Amino acid sequence: MSSTWMTTRAWLLMLPLLVVMVAVIGWPLVDTVGLSFTDAKLVGTGGNYVGFDNYTNMLSSSNFSRTLVTTTLFAVISVAAEMVIGVLAALLLNQQFHGRAVLRALMILPWALPTVVNATLWRLIYNPEYGALNAALTQLHLIDAYRSWLGEPGTALAALIVADCWKNFPLVALIALAALQAVPRDITAASLVDGAGAFNRFRFVILPYLAGPLMVALVLRTIEAFKVFDIIWVMTRGGPANSTRTLSILVYQEAFSFQRAGSGASLALIVTLLVTVLAAAYAALVRKTAGSAA
Amino acid sequence: MLRTITKTLIGAVFAGGLLVPHAFAETTLNALFMAQAAYSEADVRAMTDAFTKANPDVKVNLEFVPYEGLHDKTVLAQGSGGGYDVVLFDVIWPAEYATNKVLVDVTSKITDDMKKGVLPGAWTTVQYDGKYYGMPWILDTKYLFYNKDILEKAGIKTPPKTWEELGAQAKIIQDKGLLKTPIAWSWSQAEAAICDYTTLVSAYGGDFLKDGKPDFQNGGGLSALKYMVDSYKSGLTNPNSKEFLEEDVRKVFENGDAAFALNWTYMYNMANDPKDSKVAGKVGVVPAPGVTGISEVSAVNGSMGLGVTAVSKHPDEAWKYITFMTSQATQNQYAKLSLPIWASSYDDPAVTKGQEELIAAAKLGLAAMYPRPTTPKYQELSTALQQAIQESLLGQSSPEDALKTAAQNSGL
Repeated sequence: MSSTWMTTRAWLLMLPLLVVMVAVIGWPLVDTVGLSFTDAKLVGTGGNYVGFDNYTNMLSSSNFSRTLVTTTLFAVISVAAEMVIGVLAALLLNQQFHGRAVLRALMILPWALPTVVNATLWRLIYNPEYGALNAALTQLHLIDAYRSWLGEPGTALAALIVADCWKNFPLVALIALAALQAVPRDITAASLVDGAGAFNRFRFVILPYLAGPLMVALVLRTIEAFKVFDIIWVMTRGGPANSTRTLSILVYQEAFSFQRAGSGASLALIVTLLVTVLAAAYAALVRKTAGSAA
Repeated sequence: MLRTITKTLIGAVFAGGLLVPHAFAETTLNALFMAQAAYSEADVRAMTDAFTKANPDVKVNLEFVPYEGLHDKTVLAQGSGGGYDVVLFDVIWPAEYATNKVLVDVTSKITDDMKKGVLPGAWTTVQYDGKYYGMPWILDTKYLFYNKDILEKAGIKTPPKTWEELGAQAKIIQDKGLLKTPIAWSWSQAEAAICDYTTLVSAYGGDFLKDGKPDFQNGGGLSALKYMVDSYKSGLTNPNSKEFLEEDVRKVFENGDAAFALNWTYMYNMANDPKDSKVAGKVGVVPAPGVTGISEVSAVNGSMGLGVTAVSKHPDEAWKYITFMTSQATQNQYAKLSLPIWASSYDDPAVTKGQEELIAAAKLGLAAMYPRPTTPKYQELSTALQQAIQESLLGQSSPEDALKTAAQNSGL
C-alpha cells in the first residue's frame, strides 16, 4: 500500500461528506458574504454593490456596541455559572447514594426540554403578578413587594441568565460526570492515604482528568451563548428598552423585521467571525491544557 | 381514519394508473392565522370546516402563530419561495407588503356589494396607494374596560370621558384602598405598546408623520407619551404594564386586579365568562376617552385583513376562501370575540344580543379609529418608538429626547 493511495482513498471516503458540507454550509456562507456587500432587500430583486458600507455602518452604530456588551455579559456570566454548577452537580452525582439514578435522569430534563418550553416556564415563574418566584421570595421575606423581573433593565438580563443556566448546566454536568467516571479509584484512594484534603484532592487529582472534557464543554457553551436567540426572544424580545437585546436578535431584526438582507448578512458575518476567533482561541487552550495534563 | 383509508385508496388508484373520478381533485390551501385576540383558534377552525364542507374539492391547512411572529413568518415564507396561499395581515403592513409584492392586488375582485356593505373605516385596513390588497376581516380597536364593582365601591357613577378623568378616578380608587395600581396597559417592548400610544396620540390630536417626516416628537405625539410616563410615575398605572402584552392585561383584569384596562374587543366576552374570569358580569366597556377641547373619544385602528400571497399557485381558491371567511353570514355567526366588518350587522339582534354595551362602544370607537402611519418602513419606525416608550417609562430619558431619538432612528 503506497501512502499516496492511502491518502487518495481517505479523500474518496470523505467525498460524500464534503459534498454535503459544501452544499449546506459552504455555499450559503459564500452567498452570505456576497450579500453583505449589497443593499439587497429580503424580498424583491437583488441589491446594488455598496462595498464595505454595511460593515462600517454596523460597526460604528451605537446599537451594535451596546448589543455586543449585552451579549458578552450574557455569555460570560451564564457560561461561567454553568461550568461551576455543572461540575458541582457532577461531583455530587458521582457519589454513591440512594436514588442517584433517579436524580441523574431528572437532571437531564431541563436540557432535554425544548428551549421554547423552558422559556415559557420561566416566564410563568417570573410573572410579576402571579409568578412563583415573587410568591416564594415574599413568603421568605426576601422582598417586600412583588417585582417585575423581566420589566426592569437591572434584573431582566440576570433573570434570563438564570433561565439559561437552568437549561444548560446539565450538559456541562453530563460531560464532567463522564470524565469523573474515568478517574481511577486507586489514585483517589492513594491520595486519601497520603492525607490530601478534599480541595487538594479535587485540585491535583481529579481536575487534570476533567480539564480536557471541560474545555470542550466550555467551547461549546460559549459559542452557543454568544449566538443566543430563542430563550431571549420568547421571554423579553430584547426588552425592556433593549437591555436584553443580543447580537442574534439584532441580526434577526435587521434581516427579517426590517428586511435589510444585505445589512443583516454583514452583521451575521461579524458575529460568525467573533465566534470563530473565540472558538480558535479555546481550541488552542485545549491543546495546551491537554499537552500539560499529559 | 376513514380519510386515511380514502387517501390510501386514491393513492392506490393513482399508482394503478387508473382514471380518478373528478370529485377527488383536491386543491390544498395553506393559511396563516394568529393565535391570540379576536377570533379564537377554535372559531377559525370551525369557519374553515364550514368552508370545506361547502367546497369539498378544497382542503385548507391552518397554521397559527402568535401575533409577534405573524409578520416575520409571512415575509420569511415569501423569501424562501412559497408556503402560504392566504395570510392574515395587520393594518400596518399593506404598505410594505404592496411595495415588496408579498400580497397580490385584488382591486378587481372587490364587488360593489362588498363596497356598499362593509363599514367605510374598515377598508383602510387593506388599502395602499388606492389599491386593495385583501379583505378586512377583524375590525378592532382598543376600548376602555372597567370593573363595575370597583367603580361602584369607590362611589364613581360614570366611567371616565377624558384621560384626565381616568387619572382622577384611578386616584379615588387608590386612595380608598380598593386597589394599589388601578390601571393596566400593554406596554411591553412590542407592537402592543404602540397601539396604546396611538390611542393617546389620537386623543391628543397628534400626527405620526407630516409630509412623510416624523412629527410624533411634537404636539400630540409628545403629550401622549408624557401622559403615559405621568400615569406610570404617579403609581396609578400598574408598573408591571411595561412587561405586559394584551393577554397579561386580560389576566390581571379578569382577576379583579385592575379597575381600568385598555384592550381589544375579544376581552369583553372572555372577561364575562365565569369559567375563567372572576369579574364575569361586572365588565364595563366604553370607547377609550378623549381630551377636553380636542377629542370626544380615542381609538387606534387595530384591524386586520386576509390577503392572497403573490406566490400562491391557487389564487382563485384562496380568494374564494377569503370571501367565505369575511362574509356577513360567517362573521355574524362568530361575533362574540370579533365584531363584523358589515355595517348592517350592528343592528342585527343576532349579533348584538348579550353584548349591547360592547356594540354601543364599538359604534363610537370604530368610527374614530386612528391609523398608525402607512409606510413601507413601518417596522423600523415602530421599533424605534417602542424603545422611546420604554426608555421614557424607565426614566432613562425624557419623553422629548426619547421621541427625538426615535424620529432620527425611524428610517424616515
